[in-house]
Amino acid sequence: MGMTISEKIISQHIGRTVKAGELVITPVDGVMATDTTGPLALKAFEAMGGKNVFDPQKCALIIDHAAPAPNERIANLHTMMRTFAKAQQMRLFEIGEGICHQVMVENAYVKPGDIFMGADSHTPTYGALGAFACGVGSTDLAAVMMTGQIWLKVPETIKITCTGKLQKGVTAKDLILYLVGEITISGATYQSIEFHGEAFRGMTLASRMTIANMTAEMGAKAGIVHPDGLELPYDFTPVLPDDEAHYIKEFRFDVSDLEPQISIPESPDNVENISPYEGRPIDYAFIGTCCNGRLEDLRIAADILKGKKVAEGVRLVIAPASQSTLLDAITDGSIQALVEAGASLITSGCGPCVGTHQGVPGDNEVVISAANRNFRGRMGNPQSSIYLAAPATVAASALEGKICNPKKYMD
Amino acid sequence: MIKGNTHVYGDNIDTDRIIPGKYTKTLDLSTLADHVLEDLDPSFRSKVKQGDILVAGKNFGCGSSREQAPLALKKAGVSVVVAEYFARIFFRNAINIGLPVIEIGNHSIRSGHNVQVDLSEGSVKDMTSGEVYEGQKIPQVMMDILAEGGMVNYLKKNKRYVL
Ligand code: SF4
Repeated sequence: MGMTISEKIISQHIGRTVKAGELVITPVDGVMATDTTGPLALKAFEAMGGKNVFDPQKCALIIDHAAPAPNERIANLHTMMRTFAKAQQMRLFEIGEGICHQVMVENAYVKPGDIFMGADSHTPTYGALGAFACGVGSTDLAAVMMTGQIWLKVPETIKITCTGKLQKGVTAKDLILYLVGEITISGATYQSIEFHGEAFRGMTLASRMTIANMTAEMGAKAGIVHPDGLELPYDFTPVLPDDEAHYIKEFRFDVSDLEPQISIPESPDNVENISPYEGRPIDYAFIGTCCNGRLEDLRIAADILKGKKVAEGVRLVIAPASQSTLLDAITDGSIQALVEAGASLITSGCGPCVGTHQGVPGDNEVVISAANRNFRGRMGNPQSSIYLAAPATVAASALEGKICNPKKYMD
Repeated sequence: MIKGNTHVYGDNIDTDRIIPGKYTKTLDLSTLADHVLEDLDPSFRSKVKQGDILVAGKNFGCGSSREQAPLALKKAGVSVVVAEYFARIFFRNAINIGLPVIEIGNHSIRSGHNVQVDLSEGSVKDMTSGEVYEGQKIPQVMMDILAEGGMVNYLKKNKRYVL
């Protein structure tokens, strides 16, 4: 019988053919932890008798969730991470270097066909590269840092095929929001997802990352975009699924008529067409995160806002996904256009996504965000509400001061 | 065998509701416990007693990978979490820090019931209603990790995983 991409990658790693449902111990090609998960992981590493990490080249720490440190408690956790990284001679990505997932991909810590464990739930993002990448917690991460291995259950795979081409003004974020709505927040729990079809084939790496990123919002263990059409700055051998691979479920969607999508508070899978929500006033617009803080996202926003001003009474916050994104967006003029339009530019990193610092909404405020989660309290205030949308929709809504379809600004 | 009094919540309780992101950046477990479930049920912290059992519906613990979520529950006194099913990272994290979890599918357990959990059998008995639920037995490797009180002690002892 044929194998899915996940079965194939795991089989290649342990040197025998595995099938969904089997428990295996597999070597891991890379690990990372952030300033949310890292400190607990380092504590666990030491407590479990860890002396040296299994391979310093394959381990990374990233200070991105609360960076620069908003208070002394977090500053000291950052110090703890720096000290550990130095002692282990492993790479630590400093404040402002970027969001964990972005810097892992940019710095080729993860490559097609790899098995990667990240102490962050959006680690499936690397499925954009055709890697088998899962989110784990701190203690699991510590165990992998020590042993270079993880135990896991080979997941069943859901196959999602999208036919048709997305219309102008409709982006990867709209597509993945739509799919999260269809599959639901728990629809892929313990399972892997494979994305097939025309709609993904022509996507940039950045758009593929947006797609794979939100498989976390379906509960998936991994989310892999079929490597057909994938372009990378280095040579690679893609891992392809067999024609006779067995899928636990298969979905087919024709996405040629898809309109911009919006996720309504307080769950990412509460997704609707944008039209019934047009005209709803907003207070705060945010573009950034591991979902949509990349160059193409900032560019779309800049194109919409260039030469115009954000609506009075609305604030627009921009957090580029990484320092290199920031530099590219300076070079191509996007940053200038955004700041001239009234955007507030903040450190590359998670920014207000997780409610730790930098832009907590006030009571009863309405936020439109290019992020991936809108759970109650997610941005630090349970009395605010968060709508999720594509960067184009967020930019256009900031311009109008109310939720709107960005199509008219995208010709 | 674990026995305790229940606190019952619904489906899709996400990790932001178990412990908001703004409190997660700490190594002080009592801070976590002080804010456990605060955006879901602000009275939980004062109601929960050592040994109580948390019962939920589908997809408990969805959202972030923060291990602070099961840590907060454990530190607040929760002895075991029973759910229809869990989000996968929460499930692993809970076992890794030595908080037992069990999946039992559809159930009609209510708050204030007396419940008995048998992890090795994978069963849950609601002593108040008399109903018995045959749940999922967790894999042996997870039972072994739990038996050591969590992954730290497990690896300290074994140095590697054993399936
Ligand atoms: S940007 Fe948001 S979702 Fe992404 S890693 Fe940071 S906190 Fe998590």
